[in-house]
This record gives sequence, structure tokens and C-alpha cells, in this order.
Amino acid sequence: MTAELETAEGREKLRKVAIDPVSRVEGHGRVTLLIDDDDQVREARLHIVEFRGFEVFIQGRPYWEVPVMVQRLCGICPVSHHLAASKALDRVVGAVPPSHTATQLRRLMHYGQILQSHALHFFHLSSPDMLFGFEAEVGKRNIVGVAEAYPDVARQGVLLRKFGQEVIRATAGKRIHGTGAVPGGMNRHLSMVDRDALRADADQMVAWSQAAVELVKRLHRADPDLYDVFGVFRSGLASLVRCDGAMDLYDGVLRFRDGDGRIIRDQVPDQDYHQVLQEDVKSWSYMKFPYLIERGPELGWYKVGPLARVQNCDFIPSPLAEAERREFIDHGKGDVVHAPLAYHWARMIEMLHAAEVIRDLLDDPACTGGELMAQGSRGHEGVGIIEAPRGTLIHHYQVGDDDLVTMCNLIVSTTHNNQAMNTAVREVAKRYLSGRKLTEGLLNHIEVAIRAFDPCLSCATHALGQMPLVVELTGADGEVIDRVVRD
Amino acid sequence: MSKRFLFDGRPVVFEDGQTILQAARAAGHYIPHLCWHPDFPPHGSCKLCIVKVAGRHVSSCAMPAKEGMEVESNTPEINGERRALLQMLFVEGNHFCPSCEKSGNCQLQALAYDLEMTGERFAHFFPERPVDSSHPDVLLDFNRCIFCELCVRASRDVDGKNVFALTNRGINKHLVVNAESGRLGDTDLAADDLAANICPVGVILKKRVGFATPIGERTYDVKPIHIVAMEDGK
Repeated sequence: MTAELETAEGREKLRKVAIDPVSRVEGHGRVTLLIDDDDQVREARLHIVEFRGFEVFIQGRPYWEVPVMVQRLCGICPVSHHLAASKALDRVVGAVPPSHTATQLRRLMHYGQILQSHALHFFHLSSPDMLFGFEAEVGKRNIVGVAEAYPDVARQGVLLRKFGQEVIRATAGKRIHGTGAVPGGMNRHLSMVDRDALRADADQMVAWSQAAVELVKRLHRADPDLYDVFGVFRSGLASLVRCDGAMDLYDGVLRFRDGDGRIIRDQVPDQDYHQVLQEDVKSWSYMKFPYLIERGPELGWYKVGPLARVQNCDFIPSPLAEAERREFIDHGKGDVVHAPLAYHWARMIEMLHAAEVIRDLLDDPACTGGELMAQGSRGHEGVGIIEAPRGTLIHHYQVGDDDLVTMCNLIVSTTHNNQAMNTAVREVAKRYLSGRKLTEGLLNHIEVAIRAFDPCLSCATHALGQMPLVVELTGADGEVIDRVVRD
Repeated sequence: MSKRFLFDGRPVVFEDGQTILQAARAAGHYIPHLCWHPDFPPHGSCKLCIVKVAGRHVSSCAMPAKEGMEVESNTPEINGERRALLQMLFVEGNHFCPSCEKSGNCQLQALAYDLEMTGERFAHFFPERPVDSSHPDVLLDFNRCIFCELCVRASRDVDGKNVFALTNRGINKHLVVNAESGRLGDTDLAADDLAANICPVGVILKKRVGFATPIGERTYDVKPIHIVAMEDGK
């Protein structure tokens, strides 16, 4: 492990290299490297430099605004925030449980979100690195380059994402920032017109998702020394699972495994998350560092997201994805797969699962008719946990008698992965960058490691492919020794 | 022989006592407005209904129609001024349309779309205006108040309760509640009072009904305000 690279001694005498901003990820972050006179990396940190303040300005707002307001955290997966908030506030309006129709519609919306976000991340953001190589010509290493060299792959990626977006539109009213879920249920059914149009394409989406899994497997097989080794480190795993251990991305109980795959906590009700999780704060990042209380901040951190979920569940409740999960588990030869690049493989298995779930939900008459709203005795507190595309997302609210929010705590997926991403950055920096002259391609190795986690650094969208990068290597006296510019 | 004036070059017949806005509407011509309401006397505060008559700007809701007038309304110059007024209203308050329950039913938002307002233009004031949630059924969100006084007039003239008032002047003007505590919960406002249902923006809202109507299916999502206003007479 590379924990010693978190804070170097004698920092003022080391040269500083910054990757600012990190590109082809969601939001804004920067990486700083401190390098000694022998070009050895002595410190590596991923900083989250934005401060959003949602937890504070939600306070004092009426609770029924919250599911619509908090989804503005993010442009790629607003549905996750929309649904986590709605689930939490179901408890405030006494809708425990919500109606079957509302639950199925929300599931449909959520799996549409998983499908479109995973497609976006794999095809648009990460496939250029994997298809062309980490140090390939930078002008080619983007989705346009993929479209030129692998037109079928790019086309399927674009259409898979479009399908997921259409599922969201049909259930939430808009592709981005819709208003389908409300505390207590849903405000609309799936129309028959939308149902039929989506159903007509659903089998194709399953087939293309299978092809995407095959593509990732081919990449792994072609270069196992890279895919199984790049940035690898051991850590715990965390996610929701269904009560029977099945993968469930919409609802369930919390399960934690250690780095060897042993279950150390299971069946933790979502309302009790704060009894098992705590957040650590570090002076150099706006993002907190959550950990499992019983293991402490040093040992209790963990990975979330596809790599954790596929290995944390006992099975995936859809046949094609389950077959792929078994093959993935076999790849680990009895051990947990920790390689960051295996995130992509796990992500595509989840995309396949999402496509299967969507196809089956479209045939469920509960989506096109039935009671949308439920209510019961008024509550004052609620926790909503959902498996967002990037990992476990926790929303926690308290609401006063006057209907205004008095407390809001959000632990977003990328926050859970904070320590894991920092560790991956350090592993890659130590192995690939130490002792070498820095190039754009070498620095991209660090970004590749970060991208594998599909981070949503600020839960805010940015313009794809428009992120400039300037890296300066500065001596201890302030003199610029090396400079790399990417326009 | 009926009396006429010209409205954007087209003849409009009117009767003595009618304002320009009333006569134009009766003839099927829409003039943007926020504080005007057919059930109340002209207020003349929002100035959205300004028109140009003989080179002068006048409030069409308050200006009596006169024989032979030449009124300019739907022109780039006048609409530009209306747009500027809207931009000022937006920056004076805290209008976060994305999470406002009134979005799609809000006349301020609908007019901004109709008059093609594409940006704020002026610096935001970001005023501090705490929400009053003390009433069991009605939420009061002062952030969105445009000082049209429709709630004031409805409560005073129709409900007979005098629940609302505007206080202070100029930039310090703001809506207040007529109770010793200053809280809505200490008034006798009822959720079905006209004052609780007349706000053209998102200040006075029924509690616990947020987003029951999906975005995309709301009044001004379906039709622009210049059509809706002529169809429902408001």
C-alpha cells in the first residue's frame, strides 16, 4: 500500500505537479504530486476543489421541494438524487411502503439512469483510453476518435445512452431533471405509447449490452498484465443488497465486506446507516472520507460502485447478467477482484442487468396503471439509500412540524470512494511516474485510474472534451522546469 | 358611430370608460401584465403593460382609451423595455425556477419565456427573505414576491381579512403579514381564501402538494401566456 504518499515530509522542498482539472470525469478535481530531486513521487493527492453547500441551503426549504432541488447536484445522474430524496421523504409523509405502482415506476426510472450513465461513462469517457491506449495521440483519445475507428461501438454507446434517457423521460417527464417522483409516490404513470416504443427497442439494448460486456472481456484477455495490475490495491467493499443477498440497485440493506471478501456487516437497515458509518475530514479536500466505525478510519474505508456491487451481492436476479457475474467472480480465482480497471467490466455487467430489468418492467402492468400515491402517519425524519451508478448514495433529512427541512446529510457515491481513488492515484504515481520525465500520456495514467471509479467530483456536469489541462513542474525555488499544455 | 383607436396599426373599437388594456383585450389583442387582474381596479405597479401613445410611455391598464389614439404595443422597442422590467424583477428576488412548485404555472416565468428573456442582464440582489411556514395549510415564500399586491387587494377587498400589506418604500419594500407576530399562522387566512389562490408567482402556495402535476403538463408548459391569458380572461 502507499499510505505514506498521503503527506510527504519536508513538503516545501519538493517540486509540485498539478493535474488541474482532471478531465473526462464528472465535476472538477485536481491531482497534486510532490516530487523530489530524484524524480521520485513523495506525495499524491486527489483534491476536490469545489464547495457546493447543498446540505446547508436545503435547510429551511419545504420538504416537497427537496427531491426536485437536490437533483440539481448532478447533470449525469440527477435521478439518483431525485429518488434517494423521495425515498427518504416517503417516511415523512408516512408512505412506508409506497404503492407497488410507484415503486415499479421508480425502479424503471432508476434502471434507465443506470443504463444511460454506465453507457455514457464507458463509451464516451473511458473507452478512448482502453481502445487506443493510455498514451495514444491525445487528439484521437476521445469519443470522436472512437466513432472514427470503431463506428459500431460508438453508435451502440450513443444509442444505449439515448434509450436510458428515454426511459427517464417516460417516467420523470424530462431526460434531465424531471419531476416524476414525489414524497409518497409518483405523479405519473408510464404511458402506453412510451411503453410500446421502449419495448420495441428493449431486446436490442439487452443484446448491445451483452456485446459491451464481451468488449471489456476481450480487453482484459488481451492484456491481463495491465488490466489486473494497474493501480490495484486491497480494500473493503460496500453496497446495498436485497434482503436475500441479490443485487438490488433501488432498495435494500447495507452489506460490508473486508478486502478478502469476508462479510463483516450485513442486513444493516438503511435508516441505521449512521450507526455504522462515520465521515473523516482532511484539511486538503472538500470531500469527506467515510469509514466503517467498527474498523476505524485507517482500516474501515471501502470501495463502492460496480466493482463492489458485483462482488458484494450473492447473485444478480437476471439470467444474462448473472452468468456474466459468475464469469467475473471466476476471474478472481477465489479472491476478490480489486483491480480498478475491472470497474469497467463490472459496470458493463450492471448495464446488462439494467437492460434486462427495464425490459421486464416494461411488461409489468403496474407501470401503466394503479395507485400512484400512498400516505400514512406523519414523520419527522427519513433516510433514503440508493445504489447510484457510481455507488451508494445516502440522503438523510429531518423535517419540522412546520414542514421545513431542519437537517440534511448527503453522502454521495464518490465520497465513499474518496480514499479508494486517492489510493489508486498513489499506486499509479509510484509505479508509473516515479523516476520518469513527465509527459501528458504519463499523467493520463493517473486520470485513467480516477476515471475507472467514474467519479462525480462535484455532482455537476461539465462540457465533454472541452477541459483544458496545464501541468507545470516547478522547482523548489519557483522556477518552471517543465510545462505540458493540452488545449 | 363607435369610437376607435389604432392598436399596432389596427383599429380597436372601445366604449367610454374602458382602458387601453381592456379595449385591446376585448378586441382580441394581448398586452403583457402581472399586477392587473380583471376583477380589480388598475394597480399600475408592474409596468409590464406599458404601451407607447404619441411618443409617451403609459400604463395601458390605467390609461383611458381615447378616440384617435395611436398605440404601439407589440414592437421591438416596447417588448425590450418589458424584458428589462422582467430582468429587474428576477434579480430583485430569489427566483429558482428549477425547484419552484409554481414553475409552469408562474406568470413571471411565462412572460420571461414569451418575451424571450434569455439572461439576467443585471446583478442579482440575493435578498435575505426567510420562508414563513407557520400556517398549517399555506406556505409563504417571500423570495419570489413581485409586489403586485394582488394578495393584498384580494384579502382586503374580497376576503375582508386584511392579511397582507406592503411596507417600506423603494428597494426596502416588502410584503408583510398583518399579525402582531408577523407570522401567517397567527392570521385568519384560510386556504380557500382568494388571497391564498391569486398569487401570479410562487409566494403563496398550498402546502404538501409539491409537483403533483408533472412538469410539461402545467398551464404555460402547454400554451404560452399570450394564448392562455386571452382564453381564460385573466
